[in-house]
Amino acid sequence: MAQKKGGKSAASDDPEELARMPLQAVLLADTFNLKFRPITLERPKVLLPLVNTPMIDYTLAWLVSVGVEEVFLFCCAHAEQVKEYIGNSHWGQSHAGFSITTIESNFSMSAGDALRFIEGKNVIRGDFILITGDTISNMSLTEALQAHKDRRKKDPDTVMTMFVKRSKPMPLTHQTRLGNDEIMMAIDPETKQLLYYEDRFDSSKRAVTLDKSLLADNASLYLRTDLEDCCIDICSPEVLTIFLDNFDYQHLRRHFVKGLLHDDIMGKKIYTHEIDSSYTARVDNYRSYDTISKDIIQRWSFPLVPDVLYAGNRAQMRLQREGIYKAPDVTLSPSVRIGAFTAIGSGTIIGENSSVSNSVIGELCTIGRNVSIDGCYIWDSVTIEDGCRLSHSIVCDGVHLHTGATLEPGVILSFKVEVGQNITVPAYSKVSLLPQPSKQDSDEELEYADTNSGVIDSPSIASISPANIEHDHVSSFDTEQSVLLEGGLSGVGYIWTSCETGNEEEWRYSVAPIPVEKLKEFYAKMFDEDESSSDGEQTGITHSGELISESKSTDFDDSDGEYKGDVSKFEKEVEETFERALGGVAEENVQLEINSLRMSFNVTHAECAGAVFQSVIKSAIIASNSSKSNLLKATIDAIERSKGLLSYFITNVDEEIEVILKFEEMCMEITREFAPIFSSVLHQLYDKEVITEDAILKWESEKADADESDKVFVKQSEAFLKWLKEAPEEDDEDE
Amino acid sequence: MPDVSDFILKLQRRRIEGSHATARQTAELLRSVVSQTRMPYTNQAAALLDAVRAVGEQLIAANPVELAVGNIVRRVLHIIREEDLSSSAVSFEGLMISEKSDDEDDADHKGGPVLSAAAVAAAARSTLRPRSLQTLLEDGPLPAAPSKSSSAGDSEGKSKSDKSAVGKRLKHSVIEAINLLIEEIDDCYEDISEQAVEHIHQNEVILTLGRSKTVKEFLYAAKQKNRSFRVFVAEGAPRYQGHVLAKELIQKGLETTVITDSAIFAMISRVNMVIVGAHAIMANGGVIAPVGMNMLALAAQRHAVPFVVVAGSHKLCPLYPHNPEVLLNELKSPSDLIDFGEFSDCMDFGAHGGAPLMHVVNPTFDYVPPNLVSLFITDTGGHNAAHMYKLIADYYSADDLVIKRKSTSSN
Repeated sequence: MAQKKGGKSAASDDPEELARMPLQAVLLADTFNLKFRPITLERPKVLLPLVNTPMIDYTLAWLVSVGVEEVFLFCCAHAEQVKEYIGNSHWGQSHAGFSITTIESNFSMSAGDALRFIEGKNVIRGDFILITGDTISNMSLTEALQAHKDRRKKDPDTVMTMFVKRSKPMPLTHQTRLGNDEIMMAIDPETKQLLYYEDRFDSSKRAVTLDKSLLADNASLYLRTDLEDCCIDICSPEVLTIFLDNFDYQHLRRHFVKGLLHDDIMGKKIYTHEIDSSYTARVDNYRSYDTISKDIIQRWSFPLVPDVLYAGNRAQMRLQREGIYKAPDVTLSPSVRIGAFTAIGSGTIIGENSSVSNSVIGELCTIGRNVSIDGCYIWDSVTIEDGCRLSHSIVCDGVHLHTGATLEPGVILSFKVEVGQNITVPAYSKVSLLPQPSKQDSDEELEYADTNSGVIDSPSIASISPANIEHDHVSSFDTEQSVLLEGGLSGVGYIWTSCETGNEEEWRYSVAPIPVEKLKEFYAKMFDEDESSSDGEQTGITHSGELISESKSTDFDDSDGEYKGDVSKFEKEVEETFERALGGVAEENVQLEINSLRMSFNVTHAECAGAVFQSVIKSAIIASNSSKSNLLKATIDAIERSKGLLSYFITNVDEEIEVILKFEEMCMEITREFAPIFSSVLHQLYDKEVITEDAILKWESEKADADESDKVFVKQSEAFLKWLKEAPEEDDEDE
Repeated sequence: MPDVSDFILKLQRRRIEGSHATARQTAELLRSVVSQTRMPYTNQAAALLDAVRAVGEQLIAANPVELAVGNIVRRVLHIIREEDLSSSAVSFEGLMISEKSDDEDDADHKGGPVLSAAAVAAAARSTLRPRSLQTLLEDGPLPAAPSKSSSAGDSEGKSKSDKSAVGKRLKHSVIEAINLLIEEIDDCYEDISEQAVEHIHQNEVILTLGRSKTVKEFLYAAKQKNRSFRVFVAEGAPRYQGHVLAKELIQKGLETTVITDSAIFAMISRVNMVIVGAHAIMANGGVIAPVGMNMLALAAQRHAVPFVVVAGSHKLCPLYPHNPEVLLNELKSPSDLIDFGEFSDCMDFGAHGGAPLMHVVNPTFDYVPPNLVSLFITDTGGHNAAHMYKLIADYYSADDLVIKRKSTSSN
């Protein structure tokens, strides 16, 4: 069916309109981010092979198939390589089906800069398609293009049609299958107008803040988190002008789309077009590289699949049973086991008893005996000696793995790296021949801040000959910033320290699947959350639900106290503040600081009181040096010391109860050593007037119908409670 | 040649599909290739053969699944060989025997003994087109034969007047013959549907699967001859072309029942005859046909229902199938079968240890072995599966079966 549509697009497009205005496309051959470093230090991302074909080939093939006649290829980093590739490929030739013009700019640091530069060239005459060189698609444009033109006729303020595709994000990690964050979009169900766009939507918060006017102005709107941004847009020429006018717009989505949506002054409108049967995805990070490679192998992108896609001079791959693609001149030993969903490029040799599964192996690779390869992407001319084990890694051109080397999941080996005998490269490490650029910007918007260095780097890299690099190595054996692979001379390459996200987040964007432990963690967390939320619904906002002028339902969800993550974060912050207070900061300042924390995290007074109390108890543990005998004394001291602080935050009965509950909870979970002295501490708190009698009695009555297990501490404090109840007057007299 | 690469790209990108369209366009392209080839003074046929073969090899590689492309390339090569022989016979023997050789063109179909002086040529020709039982039994020339022979006569008539223009004449006659071939491809529907009344009888129930233009025309023709019969249409998942066919048949006033593919076995006992189209007919009589056909053929065999395949002669492929389920098949996108959005969480490779657990297979074709086919109806009449190789020998010369190897050796 899709084929039919494709065929029709050429014929049924309004002929006179086509004659008037050839369909143009702007292809950004630079992604302006560092997610593919260190590989992109040496080769532009669009030329990285995706199932043995450079990504840009997929994009260009799609552009041809939808009838684009003029392509403006914008290159920035490694422009020379891109130009050379295009020049040598069949795309540059006259019969390719379109004309391709390269535009080069070394000063552009973002998509915004690129579009401003293109506007300066004055080449765009009508509606154009904006796409990056790492987008894989097989959809038909006819319908959307027509819809866009119709909308333009009706309303000249329509500037853009965005393609979206349905795809469920993972409920556990709140990540799309491409490794991106969930996107939250508000779409008018009638007109398909995009009303709200948030690409860093965190549905774990289960809250979304919408502008009031959004709900007031629209009769109905869909809030959807199950859409994937295809990163293909049909743009009107005004898009370029808007970029020119707003010179601070850098990112297409974060600045341009959000800017237009939030800024009513311009009145420009963006529409969405949902594609159903066809496939579109963008290689944004290593996780999506893995996912999209697998999608291609599973033929979602048909006809852009290895056995159909134009192979140029290379031998065409053939598809065999179980999704195994093999070039005709592959040499496999009879004992090699090739698992399902594997592609093997031409000229590759695999030795005895090796096994390959779920992997892509490039051309002219030599793989020895007893090698096991699982879920790896091995590019061209790689040598892997006997007995190596590779799992879920990317191995670039010219890498040499010596006998017995092991790559743990998530490893990236950049060009020509060598790994010595029996070396194990630890999980998620990135190894490159080039040292890591020292200037690391921890700025959140690092994608722009650092592109700078990327661009400046590239010419210098081009000038370093391989020999030079080798030399650099030997001399920089003991540089501090980068660690040379252990194993001395047999290994060559720097291990990059994980930048940007830090080790914690590596698993998110890695080629390797999410570790089982991590998933278990998420399961546990989700279980907790479900416990705490009485109705146990999965997310605050259903995946796609119509919300008719009712912002309340979303607002309610967030006051339900379902954002555990934030509370624990808050507690941590309070604890840190408290520790500083012990270090001698004035009490008023601490009060002020905790108060501001409370505001910024938007937690209740009671929760705040609980957090402060928790910090006090924790400080007591530290003070007691974990000896049980000292514990009670240390606790009393700690309570005495921070009495002022506690009484400042604990002002009414509710907060006191919260403190007792918190303490109880702590005794059961975090600080079990307090369990035996629970009642003593409670007594102390009473004595020090931190907690009043009312609160303790209320706590008891609250616990009255609780489970037996929950009553442990009530029973423990029975004597104390009895004393409280029996002699209230006495108590007063004692004073 | 720009149109060659254009056509190759179209084939590669699967912009042209279906054996009729590809066959026709291949023939047209090869005609322009022939007309653009510069003719040397000697060995002109070889030059033409090389040119066609070089292009043909690329075309076949561009989409190996469209067997019609290869068929037409081989047909054109065969035409060149034939024309070369007849023209060389003329030039060797001179004017006096040219009449004889003209006759021979007709005689060739009848398989009659050749007693002319052009014994060399005749011997060579008999290897090109071996006498077949089919042609022996068939009385009267093939539908295309009279015009063909007359064209050959024309070209040879020219040769009488001008011997020096041999090169031009060869080229012309080849182009003429290719034109006839294109005509034949276009006319195949008529030629096939002419035979409809012989096969479809009053009050019969016909079952078909998917949508084939040949089948449609065949049924139309029977309807036009006022046969009243009923048609069961199996919808042909996952592309559901059967729905389209049902609509078209109803518009022509045919009583039509749409059934699911899975109901075929249940319904087959009520069916008098199964008539289906094919993607290609292989030399052993096996059929490459839209997916689901093998199941239908097995059901038909089980209930002894005749299984009839209708196909134009451009679908006759001189190759023997080897591992056809894999090698002569194309796996399309799974999106025909399942909705990506609905299943996207099953394909989250981050979550399930990285190994894809879901595998969707969407093959385009099925291979129906020859023993399941009761009858082939082509534009030349009805044939048994076992006689397909004879029929094929009429259309192709044995030297052209492997196009690739020849080309590399000649380069």
